[in-house]
Amino acid sequence: MHPAFSVIFLTTLIGVGQGLFLALFTGQSYAAVELVPSQDSATFYGLGGIIAFVFLVGGLIASVFHLGRPERAWRSATQWRTSWLSREVIALPIVMGLIFVYSIMHYFGLDTVLYTSKAGTTLQLSLIVGALGMLFTFVLFICTGMIYAAIKFLQEWACALTPINYILLGTASGFTLAAAFASSNAPDLLGLYGNWAIIITAFAFITRGGSLIRNSRIKAKSTIQSAIGIRHPQIQQKAMGMQGGSVNTRDFFHHKTATFFKIIKWSFMILVFPVPIILLWSGMESGSTSTLLGAFIIQYVGLIAERWFFFAQANHPQNLYYQTT
Amino acid sequence: MTQLALVIDLNVCVGCHACVTSCKEWNTSGPAGFMTDENPYGKDPTGTFFNRVQTYEVGEFPKTETVHFPKSCLHCEDAPCVPVCPTGASYKREKDGIVLVDYDKCIGCRYCSWACPYGAREIDEEQKVMKKCTLCVDRIYDESLPEAERKPACVLACPTSARLFGDVHDADSDVSVAIREEGGYQLMPEWGTNPSNHYLPRRKTHMHIHEDELQRADNPLNKEQRGPSGPVEGTTLDDSTSW
Repeated sequence: MHPAFSVIFLTTLIGVGQGLFLALFTGQSYAAVELVPSQDSATFYGLGGIIAFVFLVGGLIASVFHLGRPERAWRSATQWRTSWLSREVIALPIVMGLIFVYSIMHYFGLDTVLYTSKAGTTLQLSLIVGALGMLFTFVLFICTGMIYAAIKFLQEWACALTPINYILLGTASGFTLAAAFASSNAPDLLGLYGNWAIIITAFAFITRGGSLIRNSRIKAKSTIQSAIGIRHPQIQQKAMGMQGGSVNTRDFFHHKTATFFKIIKWSFMILVFPVPIILLWSGMESGSTSTLLGAFIIQYVGLIAERWFFFAQANHPQNLYYQTT
Repeated sequence: MTQLALVIDLNVCVGCHACVTSCKEWNTSGPAGFMTDENPYGKDPTGTFFNRVQTYEVGEFPKTETVHFPKSCLHCEDAPCVPVCPTGASYKREKDGIVLVDYDKCIGCRYCSWACPYGAREIDEEQKVMKKCTLCVDRIYDESLPEAERKPACVLACPTSARLFGDVHDADSDVSVAIREEGGYQLMPEWGTNPSNHYLPRRKTHMHIHEDELQRADNPLNKEQRGPSGPVEGTTLDDSTSW
């Protein structure tokens, strides 16, 4: 497939936003049961939630560039019964809304205590909103992943690893950003976020590596023989039916060299996984915000390469009909 | 239930592109609006088409065969492009099984074109909506046309009658008989899309000439041309029975 930058930015930016929100909510729930010290509502949960929201808005803006007719985008919420894309279109504003409410509640101190146990632990309204936000964040991750995994003849995508990778890669980048944010605004939580960021990144390495191994062994179900229905081992396309190309020759192939393709693969395998893990570790040791921010930026750049590769690697069976490009 | 479809005979198609030009002409002039052409007279002309004719070479020289392969939307019975549409712009008509796009609802997200294994959908780069073969839905039901012309433009244009049009669910229709008796097949059956359009394979028509067909052994002329026999000696039956 042709990797469109609108979709690359959409999926990576909302991944960061969702992951950062999951990190904030994890911190607040740990604090609620006194596993970690509680943090300032406004400067940590409130501000952090707004940062997550900004990432989601960035993703939403990027997605508009993918649409031919963005003014009709509201219609895309109607077919949620059958279309994962429609489900994503519904889930995204719900997640954004919940994260927005969550941040506003923290930022302006609108939170109330709903219940206090005998031991003194409290259940706050923001925890309920946060829990809903977490639920819909996972729904959104699954919708995003299933948009690709649901197309069965794109064999590189049609696999449970696709939504799993979306969940783990998004969460990893969000936790890395949370570690950088915590190092300046909530040093108590640096260890929690840094360690989780390393663990999730390591898991993502296993699942993304697993999908690379799986994809390298795929045997294409469709062949030129099944495409035109002629049983002969030697079939060569001589004409595609047009002179200057068409959407079919532009939209379904990356048009880059095999070397470029390989370079991207190795760069994302290095930039997304080992480099951020090393930087996270050293940032946790030194408490340096710039090192941790560096870890996030490098991981995010790596994720852009990862997403480019994700699209470029998928080989659409329609390319069998367009072989003389 | 009716399922309108095309049956394309690869044995007859000569690759003249008459169906392509006629399709483009009809559909670019229709009520649904023009079909974009970019750079039509320039170096790399490109644009939106519903139908294209491709050419394949089968075999190794000198034992090769050129196959011209017309390719348009197959109007799948289980069309994978329809359920993925987020707006409902893409739909399959209950009435006749034609897969259509509502150009007023399409948001141009291209997801349906990803979900079509045949590459039958092409986005109109100027109008920013997805376009595809309509089986000339604005023509086949038009009662102002003579009945013989209520067929898709490509079918009418084909000089060799390589394109048949009809209801593949009616067992007695021309298309069903052709599929049944001439070995009609579907493209990429491995994905379970069950395309309605079928293709008829190349068929070799061999001529068998036997020796006795060149030299007729039982030619009655051979006997007739034998000269008449001379006068018969003695009495004949005629002599004794004539009175």
